[in-house]
Amino acid sequence: MAQQSEFNFEQCIKCTVCTVYCPVAAVNPLFAGPKQAGPDGERLRLKHPGFYDESLKWCLNCKRCEVACPSNVRIGDIIQAARIKHSKKRPGLREFMLANTDLVGSLASPFAPMVNFAVGLKPTKMVMDKMVGIDHRRTFPKYAFGTFECWMKRQRRKQAKFARQVSFFHGCYVNYNNPQLGKDFVKVMNALGVGVQMLKGEKCCGVPLISNGLIDKARRQGEHNTALIRESVVEKRLPVVATSSTCTFTLRDEYPHLLDIDNSDVRDGVEMATRYIYRLIESGVVQLRFKKDARRLRVAYHTACHVEKLGWSYYSLALLRMIPSVELVELDSQCCGIAGTYGFKRENYPTSQSIGESLFAKIEASGCDVVSTDCETCKWQIEMSTTKKAIHPISILAEALE
Amino acid sequence: MKFDTVIIGGGLAGLVCGISLAKRGQRCAIISSGQSALHFSSGSLDLLSQLPDGSAVECPAKGVEELVRQSKEHPYAKLGVERFVELAEQSKEVLQWAGVDTVGDSERNHYRLSPVGVLKPTWLTFRGYVNSEKATALKWKRVALFNAEGFLDFYPQFLRDELRAMGTICEVHTFNLPELEQIRQNPTEMRSANVARLFDSDGAIDALAEIIRSQKGDVEAVLLPAVLGVDCNDGVKRLEERLGCEVAVVATLPPSVPGLQVQTLLRRYFQELGGVYLPGDTVVGYKAEGDRIETVYTSNHGDIGFRADNFVLATGSFFSGGLEADNEKVVEPLFGVDVVYTENRQAWYDRDLFQAQGYESFGVRCDENFNAQRAGRTVENLYAIGACLAGFNGIKDGCGAGVSMLTALHVSDVIIKKK
Repeated sequence: MAQQSEFNFEQCIKCTVCTVYCPVAAVNPLFAGPKQAGPDGERLRLKHPGFYDESLKWCLNCKRCEVACPSNVRIGDIIQAARIKHSKKRPGLREFMLANTDLVGSLASPFAPMVNFAVGLKPTKMVMDKMVGIDHRRTFPKYAFGTFECWMKRQRRKQAKFARQVSFFHGCYVNYNNPQLGKDFVKVMNALGVGVQMLKGEKCCGVPLISNGLIDKARRQGEHNTALIRESVVEKRLPVVATSSTCTFTLRDEYPHLLDIDNSDVRDGVEMATRYIYRLIESGVVQLRFKKDARRLRVAYHTACHVEKLGWSYYSLALLRMIPSVELVELDSQCCGIAGTYGFKRENYPTSQSIGESLFAKIEASGCDVVSTDCETCKWQIEMSTTKKAIHPISILAEALE
Repeated sequence: MKFDTVIIGGGLAGLVCGISLAKRGQRCAIISSGQSALHFSSGSLDLLSQLPDGSAVECPAKGVEELVRQSKEHPYAKLGVERFVELAEQSKEVLQWAGVDTVGDSERNHYRLSPVGVLKPTWLTFRGYVNSEKATALKWKRVALFNAEGFLDFYPQFLRDELRAMGTICEVHTFNLPELEQIRQNPTEMRSANVARLFDSDGAIDALAEIIRSQKGDVEAVLLPAVLGVDCNDGVKRLEERLGCEVAVVATLPPSVPGLQVQTLLRRYFQELGGVYLPGDTVVGYKAEGDRIETVYTSNHGDIGFRADNFVLATGSFFSGGLEADNEKVVEPLFGVDVVYTENRQAWYDRDLFQAQGYESFGVRCDENFNAQRAGRTVENLYAIGACLAGFNGIKDGCGAGVSMLTALHVSDVIIKKK
């Protein structure tokens, strides 16, 4: 059997299957495509770093090439690792603003109403576009007044009463933008007889830092978070659960693959909320009780790229199917185009919207009341680009519970 | 997770088996480790074109009788002559259910045109692809062949020369569109699928029709590379409506647009029937109880296993990882079931690349129900179908797709009858 090279690089037989499934190459000819940017280019970069090409920045790290590859080559990782290793482009003000979601969140949150008002204004958007390079057509996520962590601190005594416990990696989005999702998660967990704890001082998972080239900081935060996860999983024997699919994916796979953080002892202890709940329900230890008079809701489920890569849409779909009042439509799995901070950048905006175009049309045609997705940035993209609201499966579940 | 049947492998065999089971009420999951060999499809499916002794087969339904005499180990020999004909008919029907429209039947082979202009015997050809009743000529005397400017995965000059040798005059033209200029900015990515995506829009078909009309001259048919749409597979029809003459396409080098479309249609239909399709996942372990497989475990799902009454190996051959070879042996890597291969490694290959290669007929050993075996003992609920099977050379004998579809349907019947 063939020896394993880094990222299974040598297993590429140039079959071109990945090129068919790249959402960027399909709409933007400036991107060399996964085969060329990945294993083909890597052959040359190994000879001389001068072969590195800044067009690799167009890769939005969806990993759909990896899902498609019949030879198990980690094409997306090859591209991201090459960017980390070779890119000469230094992060600027924009990258700093987009990457530091926790810093920006903690600054914005106390002034949420003012900040939300100001960033929604046309002049602000034009200034951000011209001066910073954040596209003026993009709708910014709203900040919440008061963080999730703040709310959770008041829950400590109540949560401690439950016999079964779980650690919650809430992520920046729940903390600063959507504490309600965190509260919904706690509600569902409590209904299942599980108490929720926080990790002691979690930091942003680091995915925006990685994609904006702030690698050292991403690695420091990754090491910090991995230590917290280790404390929970190894010492306290508590699994770590997250509502954000991208946080989950980063904590499990991007840490070892892109940041060289060894998390092999705790990786399996980190999972998505819907998978954790599915596991509890399937083991027969708990049952969900639903409202009898709930309003019928037609839900179109969108599989985010990192959920596709994790292979875990099965769990979110299974949970949504359990809700008697939900009528489920499974959308074909495809990229929505936003890819975290990628779609906020002025030069990426047209690519981002072209990628999502057919998805938006399918959502409108599905006749759904709402879209559901495990990814917060897909939610922003879908809400901005369609007439539908996008709600996390956990929030739909929380609403349907008795 | 509990299923009636778990199928490992999401290509032609796995999907056809899954569709046939789901259609009859079974709850099925397909675990697929990367995309399938359909992405290299020629636009046709072969049933039986040649016997092991090298003689050509014109009528597969008759030829199979001689095949069974010549090769007891061939999967078709396990099916038997009657079953072969029955399953071949059903295969065409299953494709039809999923929206894959084909021409041809198992009574008599017709001929497809290869990307370099050679006529090859085949069974079913996707509608709209060049095909011929005769082995030596096309039905047209004069055609116009159009290629997209700068599209390198298609060889109009080869085609022109071969067509002329068959008695069809062929003029080569190129077409250009503003959208093609866009794609051409990155020549390495000017591949079939990216070109084809353009023609999902009616606007691009209109513009193409306009160019063809002005250049084609007085011809019976217009030929193009198979790049007339990805999501829409009626590009040929839409172009014919606009041109008022016959249009047909020829497969390109990979990625294969027709294969990609068939893969998508079969998968979508399987999911519509309630099937669960898990892409990008690999089986990494299993739990057995006596001579039964109880649960399989995958890299994505970790400790959450897939329990099922029956398991089907549709993992393909060496390319797809269904078989693995090292210096001494050939193994089936997931369950370690028995594999038929020659111990003498010299016999694995023929130095002449165009001869049948020994390794091509290696594969999983099965009984007449396609039950796999371990150390000679039958694994009661594990079946093998498609390219991972032993005893045939899908390329040389022109039977790869037929073996995939017929064994898939046969095993689905075996599983249903078991209940």
